[in-house]
Amino acid sequence: MNAPERSRSLFRFAAPHNFYPLAGRLAPWFAAAALILTFAGLWLGFFVAPTDATQGQVYRVIFIHVPAAWMSMFIYLVMAFWSAVGLVMNTRLSFVMSQALAPTGAMFCFVALWTGALWGKPTWGAYWVWDARLTSQLLLLFLYFGFIALTRAIEDPRRADRAGAIIALVGAVNVPIIYFSVQWWNTLHQGASVSLTKAPSMATTMLAGMLVMAIAAWMYTIAVVLWRARSMILERERHTEWVGAVLEREAQLKGGRA
Amino acid sequence: MLSTFLAVLRRDLLLAWRGRADVLVTLAFFVIVVCLFPFGVGAEPNQLRAIAPGVLWVAALLACLLSLHRLFAQDYADGTLEQLLLSSEPAALWVTAKVLAFWLSTGLPVVAVAPGLALLLDLEQGALPVLVLSLALGTPILGLLGAVGAALTLGLRGGGMLLALLVLPLFVPVLIFGAGAVEAEMSGSGAAAHLLLLGGGLAGALALAPWACAAALRITTD
Repeated sequence: MNAPERSRSLFRFAAPHNFYPLAGRLAPWFAAAALILTFAGLWLGFFVAPTDATQGQVYRVIFIHVPAAWMSMFIYLVMAFWSAVGLVMNTRLSFVMSQALAPTGAMFCFVALWTGALWGKPTWGAYWVWDARLTSQLLLLFLYFGFIALTRAIEDPRRADRAGAIIALVGAVNVPIIYFSVQWWNTLHQGASVSLTKAPSMATTMLAGMLVMAIAAWMYTIAVVLWRARSMILERERHTEWVGAVLEREAQLKGGRA
Repeated sequence: MLSTFLAVLRRDLLLAWRGRADVLVTLAFFVIVVCLFPFGVGAEPNQLRAIAPGVLWVAALLACLLSLHRLFAQDYADGTLEQLLLSSEPAALWVTAKVLAFWLSTGLPVVAVAPGLALLLDLEQGALPVLVLSLALGTPILGLLGAVGAALTLGLRGGGMLLALLVLPLFVPVLIFGAGAVEAEMSGSGAAAHLLLLGGGLAGALALAPWACAAALRITTD
């Protein structure tokens, strides 16, 4: 008796007018957590963690680089997941979520590439090498761009949602193929000249700093995506009554404060 | 079911034959792109021989990309596509027929011309059969993957550039194994593994892409 009731109460939030206030309540908490964890992680990374024996101070870029790379890959999976849910269950909110995730994923992808280049110059002597991981990260960035460009180019939101969902799923099927083909291509060409795998023994504080930063990246993503989803919902549902009521209430609150 | 497949195939091939100029333009584009490379990188034979597989494959890939918009555009404009979608025949079936006709009219000519161009770049003659085989296995994959992108961007402003952005990242594995097969043959390590992977890719794309393409066409014409 209890279980179906609870599941119904969770499904309640699939409706945009229920999700909108919930997201508004939750987002500031995630943002605050992101802020605190970022400061804690950076403090751990820059002041507590010891200097690396072989790489010196340069290695400290991993406190931003590794969480960004993790997030960029994970967000694409979540995007594909929401796209599949949207196509199967026909829920508008799922498409909103997948489109709200895309810009953040692309941003993390770019940050990972950029910090990687800054780390590569002093360590490998080159900003860019055609290493398998770098190349597949670059192709992932192009997949994000394709998804964003397609969903923005189609004016009818129904068609944009579904077309974007299909390309996200096609991309998700191809990501492992791309990754392994690029890996094989690279090893065929130049052998294992550059390996990104770190020395196995990592100081505990280094690992702690990296994990704290990774959780901070999670919190940041959740907060930003909730906020972005909120404004997308307002834009899409602007003709409905509940949006009018919400906007009026918010205007009154602002007027009361002034 | 087979009769539907053959009817769509025959119709598309007939249309391609009546509009031969389009096919010839694609072919001319392929030839010209390949001929541009010696001007860009210099005519040193050793260098040309080294980059020949990659150049031929990239040119074939671009020729395929530039002709992809023809796949559904005309049928979309004159309403044939909607009639096909309304019919009781499974959409994946006639989509496969259309992609096959597309490949026969644009991919096959490229495959046929490639050995001649390879001689222009001084590619070893022993590697020519592998080049032809890799293109014959790889270009249908490009057509199948591209068909999904073409269906999604149908009727959009700036659809051509968008189509390139969507499908080029997906083409990368095909390019790697296609050009890699020829290079492996030239270096003496044998192209069997690359060609088998291309064949596997073709089987996978043939099984999955028509469904995705049919779903994309339904969304577009909704």
